[in-house]
Amino acid sequence: MRKSQIRNPKHRTENCPLSPRLNYFRIFLTFARNSIVRDMTFRANFLIDCLSTITWSLMDLGFYIFVVFRQTSQIGRDTGWGEWEFYTFLATTKLINGLVQAFFMPNCEEVSELVRSGNFDFALLKPIDTQFLVSLRKIDWPALSHIGVGGILLSISLWHITQREIDPAQLTLLTGVAYIFYILCGVAILYSLMISLAATSIWLGRNESLYDFWFYITNFSRYPMEIYSGDVGTPLRWICTFIIPVLIVVNVPARILAQPLAAETPEARFLLFFTPAAAVACLAISRWVFYRALRSYRSASS
Amino acid sequence: MLPRITAWWTILRISLQERLVYRGDFALGTLMRFLPIVTQIFLWFAIFANLGTGARITNYTYEELVVYLLLTMVARAFSSMPGLASTIARQIRTGDIKKYLTQPVDLLGFMFLSRMAHKLAYYIVAIGPFALVFFLCRGYFIHLPDAPQAAAFAASLILSFLLGFYLEACIGMVGFWFLEVTSLLFVYMLFSFFLSGHMFPLDMLPQPFGTIVQFTPLQYLAFFPAQVFLGKVQGWDLAMGLLIELEWVVLFMLLSRVLFLRGLKRYSGYGG
Repeated sequence: MRKSQIRNPKHRTENCPLSPRLNYFRIFLTFARNSIVRDMTFRANFLIDCLSTITWSLMDLGFYIFVVFRQTSQIGRDTGWGEWEFYTFLATTKLINGLVQAFFMPNCEEVSELVRSGNFDFALLKPIDTQFLVSLRKIDWPALSHIGVGGILLSISLWHITQREIDPAQLTLLTGVAYIFYILCGVAILYSLMISLAATSIWLGRNESLYDFWFYITNFSRYPMEIYSGDVGTPLRWICTFIIPVLIVVNVPARILAQPLAAETPEARFLLFFTPAAAVACLAISRWVFYRALRSYRSASS
Repeated sequence: MLPRITAWWTILRISLQERLVYRGDFALGTLMRFLPIVTQIFLWFAIFANLGTGARITNYTYEELVVYLLLTMVARAFSSMPGLASTIARQIRTGDIKKYLTQPVDLLGFMFLSRMAHKLAYYIVAIGPFALVFFLCRGYFIHLPDAPQAAAFAASLILSFLLGFYLEACIGMVGFWFLEVTSLLFVYMLFSFFLSGHMFPLDMLPQPFGTIVQFTPLQYLAFFPAQVFLGKVQGWDLAMGLLIELEWVVLFMLLSRVLFLRGLKRYSGYGG
């Protein structure tokens, strides 16, 4: 197969009666169905997975309820991240992580093994876009319980933020739409990071610490960006915003809901424009990295 | 006795060499492991900043808290046993365990020695990154422990290694009954992550949780050694603490033995 064909799958779909886009959507639905069938085969395991996800989230939440907010009224001086604002932030983290873990994590984790065992050949031979196939083949349905937990936490926090007597937040339909939009931007950034890391396993032959690496980097996105200040914090904040933009993943959508007024400052305004641009740039770079890495792939089978 | 010691020495040496093959990757991995601590330190800094200078949270100053978090890393370097339980369970499932039954090698003894070698190799490589991080954070170490406290700290670390090993070995042995221990292991990891004090000092928990966690063996995996270093447990309490830790070690040591012997009675191996 010529490389141009690998890169450009449209060649193969010319005779197909359906338009390529519809095709891809249907393939995605098939993947989703396959995954749910597989999950339902081991129902007890599925339930345990969901339960452990929920327990993990509750323990994490317990740390903030029983330790952090027993001691302080907000995270950082004059940052506006009070208890309920922070829970909104936490819920946003859960939503974004849930989406990434459900759709992309199980697949990207597997790339390393596919490359090592030579089974990556099968992905290359399929007449669809390789990146699409590799990224969305499996869906981890139990990870969607993150979204359930996040959704509940978000509703409770928003109720408190909007219904409180002092300084209630005003939320409009536009805020909601913007929130969803920026969450998707965040997911796009994290996905790009993950698929790029997975692609490095094509060069290295094996990359087992992928998950660790991803965990360590995204760890920076888990707290409000205001906490990174001072001699070390400011450069760190700059790096995690402009070089590896993990800091804006949760911060930008969370601020829109939790602190709509703070989203009006010039710096925050800039981030509102910067985030979609960063998301698009990350997607483009990750696609370039992925196909660049594909060229170095050497089949391990006969 | 002598042949046995030679056998042990050989196992130790082989495992050590095996571990040192990927030392570059190892050192980098160790350094990366400090990244979550960095975010934790920033989070606590922000919390303390809101309380004003010189503030204390349940007897911890900001500096003490940073030292605490760094020390839990040291304690975890002793007590965490990545992959131990899952390896034992896998060997039971796939039948690899047969080799320990047919050869004059004891499963727990072999695992213990190879884990010790793993840890030794880890310290040889990790001492660099650890020294670097501790040097960078030297300003936070306002008071250092005296000789008896340092000795108690070392003792608590060695005990935490033993406790971590036998605790995970017990979970692995459950594989004789369940075959698949992944979900059990996940539950254990979940509790050990929060209740070992890895994330925050356990005495910050309000009642009744604060008392409950004092009764679990998990606190000895990270919280207790760090407390000893910081001089928060002293005198009689310190001796009691070490004694209770020792009791847990003995308990899990015996339990793992019993589970192993009982499990072998249930076990059936097929094929060559």
